[in-house]
Amino acid sequence: MITTALLTMGGIALLMGIILSIAYLKLAVKPNPKEEAIRKLLPGANCGACGFPGCDMYAEKLSKGEASIDGCKAIGNEVREKIAEIIGVEVKPTKPMIATLICQGGRDICPEHFNYDGVDSCRAAVLLHGGDKGCPFGCIGLGDCERVCPFNAIRMGNNGLPIINPDKCTGCGICVDECPKGVLKLIPKDKLVYLACNSQDRGKDVKSVCKLGCIGCTICIKVCPYDALRMEGNLPVMDFEKCTDCGICVHKCPTKSFVDRAPSRPYAIITPECDGCGECVKVCQFKAIEGESGKRHRVIRDRCIGCGECVKVCKPNAITMAGALAYQREAA
Amino acid sequence: MSLGKIFIAAFLVNNILLMRYIGLCPFFGVSTAIDTAMGMSAAVFFVMILAAWVTWFLYHFILLPFNLVFLRTAVFIFVIASLVQFVEIFLKKSMRTLYSALGIYLPLITTNCAILAVTFLNIDYHHSFLQATVFAVGTAFGFALVIVLFAAIRERLDLAPISKSFKGYPIAFISASLVALAFLGFLGLFGLSL
Repeated sequence: MITTALLTMGGIALLMGIILSIAYLKLAVKPNPKEEAIRKLLPGANCGACGFPGCDMYAEKLSKGEASIDGCKAIGNEVREKIAEIIGVEVKPTKPMIATLICQGGRDICPEHFNYDGVDSCRAAVLLHGGDKGCPFGCIGLGDCERVCPFNAIRMGNNGLPIINPDKCTGCGICVDECPKGVLKLIPKDKLVYLACNSQDRGKDVKSVCKLGCIGCTICIKVCPYDALRMEGNLPVMDFEKCTDCGICVHKCPTKSFVDRAPSRPYAIITPECDGCGECVKVCQFKAIEGESGKRHRVIRDRCIGCGECVKVCKPNAITMAGALAYQREAA
Repeated sequence: MSLGKIFIAAFLVNNILLMRYIGLCPFFGVSTAIDTAMGMSAAVFFVMILAAWVTWFLYHFILLPFNLVFLRTAVFIFVIASLVQFVEIFLKKSMRTLYSALGIYLPLITTNCAILAVTFLNIDYHHSFLQATVFAVGTAFGFALVIVLFAAIRERLDLAPISKSFKGYPIAFISASLVALAFLGFLGLFGLSL
C-alpha cells in the first residue's frame, strides 16, 4: 500500500517535473535583457497601480518604450533614475501635454437644474440623474480631479470649475480618467486655441442650459483656412496637427465656445509698397482692410485679429505683422 | 441528472460563492472593481475546466485502480499547480494576448479552494467526464456572475455614506450575506445532492 502510494505520488511528481523542466527549456521566451534589468529594479509587488497586470508586464512595456516611468508609484526617485538610464536612448521625446477643461459652464454660465445635496464627489453626483448641472455633458464641479491629482496641479475655482496650473501639470492624465463626464482632455501644452465645450446636444438644447456652449453651427469649420476642424456628432473636433492657432475660429464663433490662451495677438500693417491689388481685402475674414483699388490700403486696427492670412497673399510683400503673437506657452 | 440541470445547479442553485461559501478569498479580495473581477473570472473559468479534466482522468485512471483515493487532496493540488504553471509558460510563448489578459490572475487562482472544490464535487457526485466539464463550466459562470455583481455593489458601497466602523470589509460581508439570502430563492428549483 505504502509502496504504491509512494510510487504513484513519486511518479506523478517526476512526470510533472520533467514536463515543467522541458517546458522551461523549450518554450522559454528569451527575455529582452533590458526588460529583465528593469524587472529586477521594480518592486515585484504586482500592485497594478501602473495600469498593467503585474510588474513583468510593466517591465516589458517600459523596455519597449510604451509605458511611462511615472507609472510605478512604489519606486523611489533613485530607482526611477536607474530605470531611465536603462531605457535611456529609446525613450522618445514625447510632446508635453496638459490637462485641459473643455467646458466653460461655471455656475454663473450654466446653472444647476436641481439642488444636489449628496456625497461631495462628481462620481457620486453623476449617479443621480447625471449630476445637478443643467448641461448633461458639462463639468459637475465637485472636484474629483482636484482630489485625484498627484501633483496638486488642480484647484477648484469660485465658479465651480477646476483651474489647472500649467507649471505643475505633467499631463499624466489621471484626472482625465477620473472625470465621470469626460470634460478633461489632454492637449499639447503649446496649444493656444481649443474648443471648450463637450456637449453633444442639439443647438437649441445647449442654448437653453449654457451661455457659452457650442451649438454645432459649423461656422468654425467653414472659416478655418487650414481645414483643421471637422464635425463629429454635434461638436467640431480640432486636428491639433493642422491647427496653427490663428484664432479665426475663436473670433467667428457666435457662442464664444472657443478659448484663446494667447494673451495678446499681433496686427497687420500695410507698408507704402502696397500696389492696391485688393487680394488682402478678399482674404480677410474680418473686413479689417479697406482701400481703393490701385492705392495703398489700410488696416482697421479694431477689426484685425492678427491671423496673418493677408500676409500670405500679398504679392509685393507689403504687409507685416506688428507685435508678435505673445505665445504664453504655459498659459492657464 | 441532465446536463442542463447540472449547469443550472452549478450556476445558480448551488452557486459556489453564495450557497457553498467556497472561494471567499477572491470573492472579497478582487471584488473591489469590476475589471479586476472580470479578469479573475476569466482565469477561474480557464483553470477550473482544465482542473476538472485533468483531475477526472487522474482519479479514474490512476487513483481508483491503485486504491489510492485517500491521496486525492495532495495529488490534486500538486497536479493542478504544476499544470497551471505549464499552461502559463505555454501561453507566454504562443498566446501572448491571452497571457496578458489573464496575467496575474492565473497563478493566483492555481490552488484556490473553489478550484479544488469543483474537482472533489465531481468525484462525490460521480460525474461522467462530460458532466464534470459542464459542472466546471457552470460553476465558473456562477463564480463570474456573482463576483462581477458583487464588484458592482462594492463600487457603489464605496460612495455610500456608511458609518466608519462598517466601512470596507464589514459592510462587504453583510452585503454578501444579503445577496446570499437572495440566492437562497433558487433552492426552490432543484439542487445537486449526494
